[in-house]
Amino acid sequence: MSNVPAVRFQHVKKEYGALSALKGISFDVEEGAFFGLLGPNGAGKSTLINAMSGLVIPTSGRIEIQGHDVIADYRQTRRLLGLVPQELIADPFFSIRELLDLQSGYFGLKGVKQRAWVGELLERLALSDKSDANTGQLSGGMKRRVLIAMALVHRPRVLVLDEPTAGVDVDLRRTLWDFTKELHQQGHTIILTTHYLEEAEALCDKVAIMQEGEIKALDTTQSLLSKHNYRYLRVTLAQSAKNLIPPLEERLVEREPNGLVFKLEKTTSLSKLLAWLSEARLEIEDISSRDASLEEVFLDLTAEGKSNAE
Amino acid sequence: MQSNWSGCWALFIKEVRRFYSVVVQTVFAPIVATLLYLLVFGHVLETQIETYASVSYSQFLIPGLVMMAILQNAFSNTSSSLIQSKMHGNLSFVLLSPISAFEFYVAFVLASIVRGVVVGLGILIIGVIGFDLTWQSPLWVLIFAILSAAMMGGLGMLAGIISDKYDHLAAFQNFVIMPLTFLSGVFYSIHALPEFWQQLSYFNPFFYMVDGFRYGFFEQSDVSVYLSLLVTILFLIIVSSINLILLRKGVKIRQ
Repeated sequence: MSNVPAVRFQHVKKEYGALSALKGISFDVEEGAFFGLLGPNGAGKSTLINAMSGLVIPTSGRIEIQGHDVIADYRQTRRLLGLVPQELIADPFFSIRELLDLQSGYFGLKGVKQRAWVGELLERLALSDKSDANTGQLSGGMKRRVLIAMALVHRPRVLVLDEPTAGVDVDLRRTLWDFTKELHQQGHTIILTTHYLEEAEALCDKVAIMQEGEIKALDTTQSLLSKHNYRYLRVTLAQSAKNLIPPLEERLVEREPNGLVFKLEKTTSLSKLLAWLSEARLEIEDISSRDASLEEVFLDLTAEGKSNAE
Repeated sequence: MQSNWSGCWALFIKEVRRFYSVVVQTVFAPIVATLLYLLVFGHVLETQIETYASVSYSQFLIPGLVMMAILQNAFSNTSSSLIQSKMHGNLSFVLLSPISAFEFYVAFVLASIVRGVVVGLGILIIGVIGFDLTWQSPLWVLIFAILSAAMMGGLGMLAGIISDKYDHLAAFQNFVIMPLTFLSGVFYSIHALPEFWQQLSYFNPFFYMVDGFRYGFFEQSDVSVYLSLLVTILFLIIVSSINLILLRKGVKIRQ
């Protein structure tokens, strides 16, 4: 594995008039990583991804793909990068196979080997039966698969997926997960943006959380989860809890039909919680504990960002 | 930096196949519409308008109509393709590929030349067969057909780049292209116009394209064919330069 990162962002800024979509982003994505880019709507994820692929020209800063500048050496970087855009794009004039052949042509790729690769993509993405269908007539899930095939037609080293599973059914989501995992195992660097945080948690080895054009957190998924200062305790009760004492009330995050969920600081011991429950005269049937999920870490970090901004 | 002419060729082929896939709308309909002009205006104005010596009005009219069709169809090809690609989002397929701004421009303009010339040729064949039209200098005919189609393909690209919706493009087509075409001497020799309108016609670049193209048929024209060639090339260079600057900066296409 080389020391050159798959992608390097250096002080990348993008301004649309008075609006700063990216406020000087700097980080690296290592070669072979499965990297998650998370953030609420409008955080700047798509702008950053589009700047990487040349669909947006940054106001300042530099982006490199495997050491090549995306502006000065765009031919090289576009050959190295495949982008699956968020919008479901169609071209009503062409069939799926024609689109893939044309896209191959834009990269100067033709011949028996390329035709075989297009055939393989069609088969692997379960598009063979529909290869002569016009893209304007396809369902959302089919269009998503076509976009993935289009992004892979030139065998890029780095694959960027912008919300690939948005609006697709559970089966297709599972298929896309398996497919991207397989690509990752083959050595591709994968960059994924998603709103499904369980998806990022399951797939990504490293995660960046963006908010308002800035990176709020950047770490391995495990480290982000372990750095979280809270754990969650689900207490099943013999009877419904009407009156809670203040320390319990402060830590309560959810009321369930036969139980309560508390968000407890890691510095607060379990025996302390039990003492509070006893003080509140609650009869405990069961108790279970879990660490925070990526979604909870994400919500905490972004809420923190918002309150700082206010 | 290395070039990607095979990518450019693929984009050119895609653009040709795009208009060919709707050939009735993009080729046959304009031919029929133009022939209707020939039928109506040729018949009504045959004895009303004075043209060149030993040239009938219908014969005079045909090269003008052919050039009008070339101009309008070359413009439509780039402008409609670009605005549709922007609206459907599929322009990003090309923008993600290693095709340079210049190669992008060349591919689109070449396809617009093909469409303009194919439509023009369709009308010309009928003119030659039905109206005994001959060309004295075929080279001038070819030069003006290609250069004018290229200029209009470029202008279409400019309109496609700056338009955000179909409405903008329609405004460009109806308030710029259409008046300039109709006032370019397609239907008359500008010498038949009052002095003011004659002088005004000299500021219309389309006039030089029509006049130079007509010279190829009759070896007679309102202004020198070399002046027409110069103006056409000049406008082609200006339009191409503006396009290349916009494409390189990514104006309205790379956000």
